[in-house]
Amino acid sequence: MSMILGLYNYWIVIVLMMIGFYIIIAHGHLIKKIVGLNIFQTSVFIFYISLGKVEGGTAPIWQENITLYSNPLPHVLILTAIVVGIATTALGLALTIRLKEAYGTIDEDEIQAMDNQAMDNQDKESQPC
Amino acid sequence: MDSLLNLASSFCLLLGSFLCLSGGVGILRFPDFYTRMHAAGVTDTLAAAMILIGLMLQIPETLVIIKLIIILLMTLFISPSASHALGRAALLNSLTPVVAVDKNHAEQTTEVGDNPSKS
Amino acid sequence: MGIAIAINQIKDMFAVVMLAGIYGLVSASFFVTLDAVDVAFTEASVGAGISTLLMLTTVAMTGRTEHEASHKPMLALFVVMVTGGLLIYGTFDMPYFGSVDAPVQNHVGPRYILDSMQEIGVPNMVTSVLASYRGFDTFGEVTVIFTAGIGVLALLSVARRPDDDTAIEAINDSMHEKHLILRVVIKTLIPFILLYAFYVQFHGDFGPGGGFQAGVIFAAGIILYAMLFGLSVARRVIRQPLVQLLSAVGVLIYGSVGVVSMLNGGSFLDYDVLSADPIAGQHLGILLIELGVGVTVASVMIMIFFSFAGRSEYQQAKKGESL
Repeated sequence: MSMILGLYNYWIVIVLMMIGFYIIIAHGHLIKKIVGLNIFQTSVFIFYISLGKVEGGTAPIWQENITLYSNPLPHVLILTAIVVGIATTALGLALTIRLKEAYGTIDEDEIQAMDNQAMDNQDKESQPC
Repeated sequence: MDSLLNLASSFCLLLGSFLCLSGGVGILRFPDFYTRMHAAGVTDTLAAAMILIGLMLQIPETLVIIKLIIILLMTLFISPSASHALGRAALLNSLTPVVAVDKNHAEQTTEVGDNPSKS
Repeated sequence: MGIAIAINQIKDMFAVVMLAGIYGLVSASFFVTLDAVDVAFTEASVGAGISTLLMLTTVAMTGRTEHEASHKPMLALFVVMVTGGLLIYGTFDMPYFGSVDAPVQNHVGPRYILDSMQEIGVPNMVTSVLASYRGFDTFGEVTVIFTAGIGVLALLSVARRPDDDTAIEAINDSMHEKHLILRVVIKTLIPFILLYAFYVQFHGDFGPGGGFQAGVIFAAGIILYAMLFGLSVARRVIRQPLVQLLSAVGVLIYGSVGVVSMLNGGSFLDYDVLSADPIAGQHLGILLIELGVGVTVASVMIMIFFSFAGRSEYQQAKKGESL
């Protein structure tokens, strides 16, 4: 029982991570994949932050009478990670917009089909009659 | 004096929580977009204001009270504007409100409330 | 968790984006309960603010519904289950939630907590670790943001002719009455938003805050102005070459602080040698690099939004021509 109480935060993180993972690999729509990636990233953040928490500590801002603080190191790492995550998301969304302009669709299967067809057409044209 | 402050603060906090809950129920149960928007607006503005006032009555430090007053002023400015923007967008995109379901006639009577080009 | 499952099932992309914003906000409040106030601040402003905005712009340009999946997701489900099971098996060795004697609390963490006030003198320990003890990582992060800005520019920028001033005035006036209430309210509020951004920037030493959050809030104020008054008006106020220059200037400030430290005899990004008193040197160093970070983040976010919105205008103009 104490094991469940002690470990439940990791299990919640794992469930969130798996849902994000499933969204990435099971859906064809590119924006949904990006949203799934976001969910995955946020679950990793929750993992790190819950690692840094100390029972009975407060936020790591120095105050006169307090001696027990939560660990500031995971906070720093996650701050960087959040900003890098938004940079990745912005670039991914920009790529999606250009893909839509080039292919007319942003479903992964349809894009793959169009690419295969273009390759087949190219092969037929380059073959000597 | 202290217990009076405590009483007033707990009353405000409880009222704020009740308004949040009722707003949530309203969003789920109201039949039309505009009525749902009203429920969301109540939650945003009045419930947040009540909770902030309840918190203000709890804290003795002046600086924190001033900060909370500024947040309250901002909320009172911004939330009604947000609801207004929502309603405006819906009206300008010709989402008509359901006005009455007349049980004697077979069809609903719908009418656009204000003339959109005037407001 | 329920939000994540709902995102999985729903086919309407608009609802998915809104749910993603709510997810960001819920995790931000979760971070507050876990004592991570700086992180919650950043996640709320970035995850629930900018990210939702950019996704909405993309959905507006790419269509609102998702097509049906063409194959059964059995293999995906199986892979996910196996990975999840292995991960749960891995957690049985991990230290319990919140325990004081976990390994993560025992090596570098206590040193930062105990020595931060003497060595750096800044109450917010996250800022002192971010800007001073781990300054290299933050430099890399600023460079990553800058690179993302350049990438978005490379993908989405449209060659612009200089806009006709009278045409812009005409558009602005014709829409003035339509959006009167919002314009008046927002015109009163934007100075406060920008002031709040400066407050967060410079108060990051004493409370939650710092360069990133301040940059995002500043950019959000400008984006609000652009959304309400039209992109052409906003481009006249915040000129594109200026924004591009500022994004590079931020990274340059950060790097120059490091180089000046080297010229003064210390190592790269060693703030002790920036001034006669080491603690004053640390304060000066942290102030300058947070400024650099804030400038870069704000200008890159503005640049990204202008690129997205400019592309949307370009697409609509092309559709109008071909009709």
